[in-house]
Amino acid sequence: MAPSPHTLSARLLTGWGGGCVWYLERSAVWESPHRLARLLRSRSKQWIAFQHCTFLRRMYVTQLSRSLNQQAKPKPEPVAPPFLEKTALGEAKDEIYEMRPLSPPSLSVPRKPNEKELMELECTAVTEDSMAVGKETKEEKQWKEMKLSVDDLPGILARLSKIKLTALVVSTTSAGFALAPEPFAWPCFLLTTLGTGLASCAANSINQFFEVPFDSNMNRTKNRPLVRGQISPLLAVSFAACCAVPGVALLTWGVNPLTGALGVFNIFLYTCCYTPLKRVSIANTWVGAVVGAIPPVMGWTAATGSLDAGAFLLGGILYCWQFPHFNALSWGLREDYSRGGYCMMSVTHPALCRRVALRHCLALVALSAAAPALDVTTWTFPVIALPINLYISYLGFRFYRDADRKSSRKLFFCSLWHLPLLLLLMLSCKRPPAGSSGAGEPPS
Amino acid sequence: MAALRPGRKTLLPVLCRTFTGRGCQLAPERGTERRDVAPSRISRFCPPRKSCHDWIGPPDKYSNLRPVHFYIPENESPLEQKLRELRQETQEWNQQFWANQNLTFHKEKEEFIHSRLKAKGPGLRAESGQKATLNAEEMADFYKEFLSKNFRKHMCYNRDWYRRNFAITFFMGKVALDRIRKKLRLKQKKTSS
Repeated sequence: MAPSPHTLSARLLTGWGGGCVWYLERSAVWESPHRLARLLRSRSKQWIAFQHCTFLRRMYVTQLSRSLNQQAKPKPEPVAPPFLEKTALGEAKDEIYEMRPLSPPSLSVPRKPNEKELMELECTAVTEDSMAVGKETKEEKQWKEMKLSVDDLPGILARLSKIKLTALVVSTTSAGFALAPEPFAWPCFLLTTLGTGLASCAANSINQFFEVPFDSNMNRTKNRPLVRGQISPLLAVSFAACCAVPGVALLTWGVNPLTGALGVFNIFLYTCCYTPLKRVSIANTWVGAVVGAIPPVMGWTAATGSLDAGAFLLGGILYCWQFPHFNALSWGLREDYSRGGYCMMSVTHPALCRRVALRHCLALVALSAAAPALDVTTWTFPVIALPINLYISYLGFRFYRDADRKSSRKLFFCSLWHLPLLLLLMLSCKRPPAGSSGAGEPPS
Repeated sequence: MAALRPGRKTLLPVLCRTFTGRGCQLAPERGTERRDVAPSRISRFCPPRKSCHDWIGPPDKYSNLRPVHFYIPENESPLEQKLRELRQETQEWNQQFWANQNLTFHKEKEEFIHSRLKAKGPGLRAESGQKATLNAEEMADFYKEFLSKNFRKHMCYNRDWYRRNFAITFFMGKVALDRIRKKLRLKQKKTSS
């Protein structure tokens, strides 16, 4: 895996983040206390967004490198088919994946492995070959007791609820809340983030509950708790219920019914529409994009209590971002999707996949320009966001034209830092409320 | 032991029969009466005697699913037995489906690569001095074809998998409630005596 893209982007971000903090500190010293409080609040939000960006990078880099390493691991069986696969670029070892030589010669004749046949084969192997016996004992050592210990439970539940993804969802909700044209209220903010976090945990747990055999067959997901038997399905469902009920209750009665309704709708959309649809039709990607767009809308409605144009704009930005993000990611997973029976554009309609990704990159430019028109941000925002929007559009174009693993990975990694940075810029260019005066105006 | 009403006793076998009797790629119906059946197709793993939990093994070589060795308690109730048998049967059904699916995939992939390379011409091997390869973009045609060929099979599997998953979880809930009730009854007896 090429180390340069993510380290470069990390360095850029560190430099930018550091510069941002320095500027804020300097301006805070000279401005009035009222503006100081506002600046400090926005600064803390920006810092949270920056921190999320760094762990985002770590999470995706780690996951991606793990999956690539798994693909490159040589299989020990002696019967190896003569063909190897290689990408057009011939990028190092992590691009070469060997065909898994699954069937020993005697099994290659029947299409369906017969149980009796397999048992017989096994008996002969064990009695005749002492090395096979050694392998057997080694395999037996890998059996684990399905006993849940209280110490392991937090880690298991964190993985079940996809805690890192939940954290990202919560940060987009926070951005929606912060961008709303209302005075920032900490109690409401905390209730919103907690409620959204719980709803996201519930939805992710149900998703994993539905997908156990499919997750087992994909490299990216084969270490999930239900796949590994670390938790029972009953416990997973109970945990989901224990998150969903308080989460939705918090949103409905602690914030407002509109936000609660959006939360319920999003859980339903993700678990009952998106998850089953993944195996039926490519429309799942569009449904999934809506699922990703709703959290910032929830943040906005939590602050304002209504669905304004600004809420739709934010939702639109997140909706558009999902396509370059997901379509680029799915480009490298085509084999797993095909074998596992997932209907994804990258497999069934590759040209559409790339076109849609490019289209929505360009839509991001348009939506950024619409932000000041809808009074969400000042006119500075589309100007300073233009470089990053143009860059992701450029990478989207490269992906569209080249249609290879390298361009898809570049686009994917770009999407990881593009979104937090865009939200950060939006926050820093937020349109001040109509009542507040500028620094230069004399008090009346 | 919890006494089941007559109506309930017929529910689980009916469910089991429903699952095994329908569907496209299901295993032939196995008898539900076997108690000491080998836990998985291949492994001869035996858990330690003092353990009273299920054991889960490494991913199967063919299906990638982890086999479970189900623990049979001495005082297993009929409900617990039905649940264990449902889980056992679902496990076998799942293992067979995915083993078949993966084997078919790899076999057809090999055939595809072979035929494509043949069509390309025999000269490639000599020219480059390396083994002939197909890049990911050429493989994309195969992935698309394989997915559409197996679409109906997956639809049937998905439907049955969702049903089984719900049924197993539902019965797990029933068994759990049953155990809680038993414990409470025992506590009541102890406090009253």
